Amino acid sequence: MMRAGMAAILSHWRRHPVQLAMLLAGLMLATALWTGVQAINAEARASYARAAAVLGQDRLERFVAEGAARFDQAAHVALRRAGWPVSPVLEGRIRAGGLRLTVLGVDPLTAPPQSGLAGLAAQGGFLRFITPPGEVLAHPVTAARLTEAALPGGPAIRAAEGVPEGTLIADIGIAQAMLDAPGQVSRLLIAAEVPAGLPDWREIAPGLVREAPEGAGDLARLTDSFHLNLTAFGLLAFAVGLFIVHAAVGLAFEERRGTFRTLRALGLPGGRLAALLAGELLLFAVVAGGAGVVLGWLIAAALLPDVAATLSGLYGAAVPGSVALRAEWVAAGLAIAVAGTLAAGAQALWRIARLPVLAPARPRAWAMAAAGGLRAQAAAAGALAVAAGALAVRGDGVVAGFALIGCLLLAAALALPVALHLALRAAAARVRGVLAEWFVADTRQQVPGLSLSLMALMLALAANVGVATMVASFRATFTGWLDQRLAAELYVTARSPDEGARLASFLAARAEAVLPIVSAEAVLDDAPGQVFGMADHATFRDAWPLIAAAPDVWDRVAAGTGVLVNEQLWRRAGLRLGDPLPLPGGALPVAGVYSDYGNPAGQAILGLADFDRRFPGLPHQAFAVRTADPAGVAEAVTAAFDLPPDRVLDQAAVKRFSLAVFERTFAVTGALNLLTLGVAAVALLASMVTLGAMRLPQLAPVWAAGLTRGRLAALEMARTLMLAALTAVLALPVGLALAWVLLAVVNVQAFGWRLPLHLFPGDWAVLFAAALAAAALAAALPVRRIARLAPADLLRVFAHER
Amino acid sequence: MLLDVDGLTKTFATAEGPVAVLRGVSFALDAGQSLALTGESGSGKSTLLHCVAGLEPFDGGAVRIGGADLAGMGEAARAALRRRTVGLVFQQFNLIPSLTAGANLAFQARLAGRHDPAFCAHLAARLGLSGLLDRYPEQLSGGQQQRVAIGRALAARPALLLADEPTGNLDETTGDAVMDLLLDGVAEAGAALLMVTHSMRLAARLGGRLHLAQGRIA
Repeated sequence: MMRAGMAAILSHWRRHPVQLAMLLAGLMLATALWTGVQAINAEARASYARAAAVLGQDRLERFVAEGAARFDQAAHVALRRAGWPVSPVLEGRIRAGGLRLTVLGVDPLTAPPQSGLAGLAAQGGFLRFITPPGEVLAHPVTAARLTEAALPGGPAIRAAEGVPEGTLIADIGIAQAMLDAPGQVSRLLIAAEVPAGLPDWREIAPGLVREAPEGAGDLARLTDSFHLNLTAFGLLAFAVGLFIVHAAVGLAFEERRGTFRTLRALGLPGGRLAALLAGELLLFAVVAGGAGVVLGWLIAAALLPDVAATLSGLYGAAVPGSVALRAEWVAAGLAIAVAGTLAAGAQALWRIARLPVLAPARPRAWAMAAAGGLRAQAAAAGALAVAAGALAVRGDGVVAGFALIGCLLLAAALALPVALHLALRAAAARVRGVLAEWFVADTRQQVPGLSLSLMALMLALAANVGVATMVASFRATFTGWLDQRLAAELYVTARSPDEGARLASFLAARAEAVLPIVSAEAVLDDAPGQVFGMADHATFRDAWPLIAAAPDVWDRVAAGTGVLVNEQLWRRAGLRLGDPLPLPGGALPVAGVYSDYGNPAGQAILGLADFDRRFPGLPHQAFAVRTADPAGVAEAVTAAFDLPPDRVLDQAAVKRFSLAVFERTFAVTGALNLLTLGVAAVALLASMVTLGAMRLPQLAPVWAAGLTRGRLAALEMARTLMLAALTAVLALPVGLALAWVLLAVVNVQAFGWRLPLHLFPGDWAVLFAAALAAAALAAALPVRRIARLAPADLLRVFAHER
Repeated sequence: MLLDVDGLTKTFATAEGPVAVLRGVSFALDAGQSLALTGESGSGKSTLLHCVAGLEPFDGGAVRIGGADLAGMGEAARAALRRRTVGLVFQQFNLIPSLTAGANLAFQARLAGRHDPAFCAHLAARLGLSGLLDRYPEQLSGGQQQRVAIGRALAARPALLLADEPTGNLDETTGDAVMDLLLDGVAEAGAALLMVTHSMRLAARLGGRLHLAQGRIA
């Protein structure tokens, strides 16, 4: 019985291959985008875990300095002498060969075996590793992009598979030279087995604190919001894909009502029928889900280089550019395909299970079913809008931000058919002329059938408007901020303290002002951060991008009685102007706040003299140079000191580089936007193809009354374009609301900065055109079919055998 | 002569090879005349009606309506001829589901540019539809829907009315009532009527009868 029933059910698809293709395509695309994003996230997280494992942070306790990023290695010597099994690690960042690199200095002799360091160093012999110029271990990809001359001190570079990308591992002595941190260490790793009866470490090294292992490490925490962002995009794309599946499944079920009634009348119980249909859906989910996983892998491989650039640009996280096949996202992709398909088909299955044996077999237009649902839909949209409002006012955290976005988008999607219904009702009362009246009336009848795909289109368009507005607002703000922040015409960095001193005198004779740039790593608000020293000069007083400041901010900073903090630190620590900020050498009241985009860490700026007092001995090696002739000064400096190009940067070059990083950072967002719009176009195509068969009885009488097939096809295209245009118009305010949430809520939670909302009507026009193009593409095939309908097919509508 | 069908042939391509449905059918019909078209199922009655209406192209012969030969016309010209000259009534009613009964009734007349609200109101009254004009097709019974379809065909004042088993989906009583209205309407409009029917009883009510058998007039 079951086999015969299944054969009868599946026979529908043999006669409707295009409908089947649409169902499978929708499911495949939905799974692909979701899986692609998951694959990217999995790859990035595996890379963070790899980095944490090599550093030993995920397993080993450590000693760190209280309130400072580094401390004197004398503490290490004292603890070793007392019998403590500790091993020093120095960690710092350098920029070399155009790469941002993490330098990790280790002592291969004392490194605990669990840290994974000793094995690495042993691969090539200790002597070469520990004696100057030394040797650094790097991931083969990183090694291939570096030359020895690019690294300070010129150590040899050796490729080693176990090292994370973007990290260099060196002997601690070599690393101290490379990072210009003589005698300094960042932490002391404690071996897993600590002998009993050792003297109290607090007495041996009083400035240190003992910390637990960090687990996945800082990077995983820092990048969480970015990955949540990607996941949200993946989920949105998946939801858009499910609209296709829901529409296709629902309409296929409606079309087979006659078959279902016959099967029930012939003795197949309703429960069995529902089980058979669930089995059919399961089969589709596995087939299309499998294909989607493969497609997702390809999407991930295409997008990962841009994601890697984003992670590197925003967080300094190194992620490889290729995607490995991982069981976790393959299984998750298939599972979500099955769950999504069953969810999309649940309503139809429920109806079938409860279908009375003598239910009418006439295919029931979605219009009739949906008419009563409009009010419920409007009520649900209203409730969700209220929830979104409540989240906007009371919500806290990135998750609340995304919940707000979810409520907003769902409310808008549910409200769309209601809005279209009202707009078309108003149009029906105004249009004159028989064709126009029929056109509007017929469109009203089509809206319920197309509403799911129009919702998908609206979600895609709103996401496009929202994300594009956010990115463009960010770009506009960022460009202005760069102009303020990079006020000096030239930036020069010496290779050593001596060279720095000579450079300062050389520049002083040729430039209008030479402003030292000094910085030190420090703990700010219980997290790693940076403290800068800033010279008191009109360059900064006039242009620095302050977003909040005390009236005499610059005088107080120059006098050492106030400190500037970046927006991230300000928001994270909940600081107000005048609040004291704990700093190495004593707290200072916050005198001003500045915007600092593209940097996740906290930052504080002191007056130069105050900085030198708090961080004595730090040389002045980098300078911002004010000059009317940057090219001439750059040429003179390069000639006199033989400085490489990356140490003499003019303002335009820095801006170019920064903007290039910025564009690459958001390339992945643009790609996902485009893919989501593509899925929405497929959703529209799926609905129109599926509705195509139901259109014949609606079009045939009009054709018989004297309208050509070409005219009907043109009207069908006009209808699709009109609905797409209406949807796009309604998507605009939703997209702008989304942009506001992204800029004012999610960005603040995820990155620590808030951006002003800029409006870009030109971009909207482009998107509007793109929406119409997507709709025209989606309608092209169904419209062509109408234009080429055989008269016999139309006549069948009038014939008895229909 | 309003309608002149001369040696009409039509062949359908099927999986088993070409099947000749009409094999040289000829007849004529003048204004005000009515003709029943009878025959077994599959004898080609509906195909003949569709060819005469310009809904289906034919292979050979001629169909002239008011002197204009459909054979030489493109789709647009045939559609224009249908709008202005031909009224169609089908067995399946085939109203436009998105329009009210009133809008359906006036539809073709408006398309043809001959909309006369007073005449439409008169037709609606004659067909017993006056209280039903705001309803949608799905809200009407089969007999009511067919009366709207007849009203739609007559409202454009066509010279030729083609009906394909207009009462085939109705019970006998309703069918007779609808038939009365159709014949009265045609007579009032002075149109010619060509009607396909299986019923000898109904065929007898028309001015003449053509019997088709295997694609030929028997």
